[in-house]
Amino acid sequence: MAIQSSLKNMVLSLGVICLVSSGLLAGVYALTKAPIEAAAEAKTNNAIRQVLPEFDGAPELKTIEADGRTISYYAASKGGEVIGYAVTASASGFSGPVSLMVGITADGIVYNTSVLSQSETPGLGAKCTEPAFADQFKNLNPAATKLAVKKDGGDIDAITASTITSRAYVAAVNNALAIYETIVSGGVPDISAGTEAPAEDPAAQTAEENK
Amino acid sequence: MGKFKLITKGLVKENPTFVLLLGMCPTLATTTSAMNGMGMGLATMFVLVLSNMVISATAPYIPDKVRIPSYIVIIAAFVTILQFIMQAYTPAMYETLGLFIPLIVVNCIVLGRAEAFANKNSVIDSACDGIGIGLGFTMSLTILGLVREILGSGSAFGFKFIEGDGIIAFVLAPGAFLALAYLIVIFRKITKIE
Repeated sequence: MAIQSSLKNMVLSLGVICLVSSGLLAGVYALTKAPIEAAAEAKTNNAIRQVLPEFDGAPELKTIEADGRTISYYAASKGGEVIGYAVTASASGFSGPVSLMVGITADGIVYNTSVLSQSETPGLGAKCTEPAFADQFKNLNPAATKLAVKKDGGDIDAITASTITSRAYVAAVNNALAIYETIVSGGVPDISAGTEAPAEDPAAQTAEENK
Repeated sequence: MGKFKLITKGLVKENPTFVLLLGMCPTLATTTSAMNGMGMGLATMFVLVLSNMVISATAPYIPDKVRIPSYIVIIAAFVTILQFIMQAYTPAMYETLGLFIPLIVVNCIVLGRAEAFANKNSVIDSACDGIGIGLGFTMSLTILGLVREILGSGSAFGFKFIEGDGIIAFVLAPGAFLALAYLIVIFRKITKIE
């Protein structure tokens, strides 16, 4: 049976258990630190490779100061020349932020986009990862396309019954383009233009989703 | 009780999901597909087997009054180890299960087995009990995930056999309750557990 519950015994046994546990955790942490970092880096690099044309070596992480904030982005080069930038951008969707990796080539064309994380409704908003919607942003020239969903007078087909998600996706791409402008010009970005999807009662989409 | 009986007990007679109705929160939340259910079940089983063994071995040296805090520290240590390992080697699964991995610490199946079985039985028996209950949990979550995936997305283990969408409600919360309720009825009918 268990030993007596005297103060000395209790302090000693809990102390030993905590000590051994933390020692074990420290060991496992040290062992898995490198693989965890490698996995996170592989994920970012895969996303970058997906959204930019072929480039040499690893993309270079750079930061730029604008509007009192530090924005980090990746520059990819081939043959010593910068061919494009990968920018992470996000906007509020229906049930949380929709975070994208957006690849923009040196001549200002959106090469491709890739969803880093989203928590939209499965079967509705979550379809923004599917090519039927996402491929609209492939090789897209921002100068020739109006970046807004058709409902708002733009050129992008929204996902059926998921207008808020579609707007968030478009807003995130717009944010990425604003950051790109800053990178190119070195000036202050006009992120406010696309941060928020046009104000609309969230209940409106709920009703829409229920149709 | 024989070792074999200890293991099969967790699968049928004391099935944690369908009979004891323990650990309902991860059960309902993570079973959106068969793979997710299986991942959650295996993660819980890993913690359950190791914590059962350690608690069984250390029980004679733990004073009764600090028994629960001691168990929680041991369980939390194994859960954190599991988190590190999953983050390093199965990052996709880790992201899908998200918050429910750290929440294994407060899963009542794990603490329940420590209290009800591991602290009064031998290390080997406790390991068998952990394997049995863990397999029972994994099996139930995989079946529930499979049912929801087939009805909700028209696929099984990620293999799509129906074009387009299924009944989306089954991927969402209401479908979890519905599917679980019917599975409990069917399970109890087949095994004749009252």
